Amino acid sequence: MAGLTSRDAILTEYNQQLLNAPKGRSLAQDAVRRLVANKAAVFSIFLLVTILLVVFIAPYFLPWGYSQVDWANIRKPPNFEAGHFMGTDQNGRDMLARTMQGTQMSLVVAGVATLVSVVIGVSYGAIAGYFGGRIDAVMMRFVDIMYALPYILFVIILVVIFGRNPILLFVGIGCLEWLTMARIVRGQTLSLKEREFVEAARASGASPWSIIFRHIVPNLTGPVVIYATLTIPEIIITESFLSYLGLGVQEPQTSLGTLISQGSEVAVALPWMLLGPAVILVAMLIAFTYLGDGLRDALDPKDR
Amino acid sequence: MALLEVKNLSVEFQTNDGVVHAVRDLSYTLEKGKTLAIVGESGSGKTQGAFAIMGLLPKNGRAAGSVMFDGKEILNLPLKQINQYRAERIGIIFQDPMTSLNPYLRISRQMTEVLEHHKGMSHSAALAESVRFLDAVRIPDAKNRVHMYPHEFSGGMRQRVMIAMSLLCGPELLIADEPTTALDVTVQAEIIDLLVDLQEDFGASIILITHDLGIVAGTCEDTLVMFDGRVMEYRKTEELFANPEHPYTQGLLAAVPRLDKKVERLSTVSYDFMSQRGEA
Amino acid sequence: MSENEPILKVRNLSVHFNIPTGGIFGGHAVLKAVKDVSFDLHAGETLGIVGESGCGKSTLSRAIIRLIHATGGESMWMGKDILKMSPKELIALRKDIQMIFQDPLASLNPRMTAAQIIGEPLQIHYPEVSKAERTARVAEMMAKVGLTPEMINKYPHEFSGGQCQRIGIARALITRPKLIVCDEAVSALDVSVQAQVINLLMDLQKEFGVSLLFIAHDIAVVRHIAQRIMVLYFGEVVEIGESEQVVMDPQHDYTKKLIASVPVPDPKEEMRRREVRRKLRREAAAAA
Repeated sequence: MAGLTSRDAILTEYNQQLLNAPKGRSLAQDAVRRLVANKAAVFSIFLLVTILLVVFIAPYFLPWGYSQVDWANIRKPPNFEAGHFMGTDQNGRDMLARTMQGTQMSLVVAGVATLVSVVIGVSYGAIAGYFGGRIDAVMMRFVDIMYALPYILFVIILVVIFGRNPILLFVGIGCLEWLTMARIVRGQTLSLKEREFVEAARASGASPWSIIFRHIVPNLTGPVVIYATLTIPEIIITESFLSYLGLGVQEPQTSLGTLISQGSEVAVALPWMLLGPAVILVAMLIAFTYLGDGLRDALDPKDR
Repeated sequence: MALLEVKNLSVEFQTNDGVVHAVRDLSYTLEKGKTLAIVGESGSGKTQGAFAIMGLLPKNGRAAGSVMFDGKEILNLPLKQINQYRAERIGIIFQDPMTSLNPYLRISRQMTEVLEHHKGMSHSAALAESVRFLDAVRIPDAKNRVHMYPHEFSGGMRQRVMIAMSLLCGPELLIADEPTTALDVTVQAEIIDLLVDLQEDFGASIILITHDLGIVAGTCEDTLVMFDGRVMEYRKTEELFANPEHPYTQGLLAAVPRLDKKVERLSTVSYDFMSQRGEA
Repeated sequence: MSENEPILKVRNLSVHFNIPTGGIFGGHAVLKAVKDVSFDLHAGETLGIVGESGCGKSTLSRAIIRLIHATGGESMWMGKDILKMSPKELIALRKDIQMIFQDPLASLNPRMTAAQIIGEPLQIHYPEVSKAERTARVAEMMAKVGLTPEMINKYPHEFSGGQCQRIGIARALITRPKLIVCDEAVSALDVSVQAQVINLLMDLQKEFGVSLLFIAHDIAVVRHIAQRIMVLYFGEVVEIGESEQVVMDPQHDYTKKLIASVPVPDPKEEMRRREVRRKLRREAAAAA
């Protein structure tokens, strides 16, 4: 190999030896171990993964599409022969297919919005907290102002700007959801930056950016992951609320929130329209909450 | 009769990684009016051994063996009964006084409450008594300071308040757990001197738990050195310092830089005795 | 620069903090944490700084290397004032001056491996060094501070307190600095571990010829490691001199009291010292 000196060769060999050095147990691995020991959390993960797989894969094997109208079966209870396992709605569309599509939509929306809120919230909060002083004051006052404004107003503005594209809309919601995340992260950063290892990095000559993203952000994992898990159900509920107002997902697409709001109107006459989506929503919310709890225990912010 | 007789005390903790033996087979006796030092490094079990006596172990801890206080078995007594001892006959001084002082109450309130409750004093008598105790621990201007809140005292003064409170009911035994570790050296010396003087005045027996062999010298009659939950050496303090027998004690003594002797290089503790014991 | 010129000359250094007094108009009181401190430090020398908690010794050490803002004075590093350096010069300076901290575990990032922690200063100051060479140098330094290189991938919580402090020392030494500021570097360690770390520091100092600014509250430890001792009391230097001289013949009242207060593991000597302390206390009471 060109340019490979003997010194490099020795170094490479030496490195190979060190690569074989036993791997340490990282904090994350420790946390996973504690999480696996938590039965409720493991069951929640299992449930969520199952829901996720089913709603994304199963629709390909269903006899009916979510927007397909079966003129022969309108407002019918579950009918296995016709392939409507959860009945049909007022327009003759298969409820099982619609529920799966709705769950897909809700999960995608929650995922995107949470991701956006984590990315913005963590960077914003960590920067404000680390630099402190005037920068912090200005940045956090901006957050306070955003808090004070009614978010419905923002949503309407976003709808006007982006049109009725659900994903863009929920990127927008994520852009509002980050406020709380930023506050949490800033608070954590304030205490983290007083820790000796941050001072050690400063004494070593590390730049502020490398301190923030190398030393502070990784140590925020605990609170951020926990808060993110709790944000997902919050966004699912927000989405339900917006859809109820007609601002969210638009027909023929649907979401859990839309399905439930439509189902609740006819709950007595067509209970199968409400039951399926409601059970899935409740199951997901409970699973996320238990998962969040489990993560909080596993990522115990106490130093070990 | 000895005031405190500890026999074969062992303490275990149930943890996620299995059972941890914090103390094994700890035995000692403490006469009335004497001072015993329990010396050890962190993790030696010195604190857990003393806390077990008082029923102060965390929930996952279990103690076995025997602890006779004034002729009665007190180990693993129900909470109600051990509380009786804790309040009236055994005083405790913690490393951090704030753990046992209520930050929201004035010192006067915290001290008089104890006296009114346990000794049935009137409020004015209790207040006068509190001031007398603060005087005894050399808090200047005790008459006014008794009305201050804990945070208004400096670390050393707070520890004095703590000592005064532990002495209020005239305990026969005082357990001091690292009472000076958080304090400056000059303040530490004052507190230790104070404890020595107070013992002469009040006649309580003291168990002094510390990691510092230096503060043991000249303070305690007997010294017990612990390591890894076991007793390494238990002798008269003077003999122990003049002629330490156990290699661990010898190592500890040689590892501390001393002001009265200059050495070129500190010797470090050798743990060879561990393997020797293992083979035996 | 001549041979005998000190590498660090601190002159009239002061640090004042504004303590908000709580008024809505931002009223504040001024706390003078460090007042007019001056001293010299020579190459290869160890200067001990002793004083009680809150006397400003940590503040002073951080102000000297500009980790916190000094209010006045100067801190001349090889003829250049650190307090007036440009950001670029400052980063270059960090290569020459490193620091060791009090709490061994807290001073290591819990999410980084020993290799990443020790290698970080190298990565910052010598980005051109390849990853392979960096790992090799880290392993070499680990061996020097008494850690087996097989531990290179372990995380801080898998090490004991003494080992963590060794990692801290390795991190401080990896850029081959000329000065290491040790802020209570052995205070949190058990006696037996403390002796090992002190010996290690002294050995490494001999090997690398680095100067130490050794801050501690324990004057016995400082006397052991330092050639000269500076006693700080309420932010002011009350005494500075050769270690033996300061310990054997203290001049200032505070130093006298401090020396009489250090416990000595010898019952007879301790009884004698208690009498000395009682006498000092009586004198102080009489004077007041």
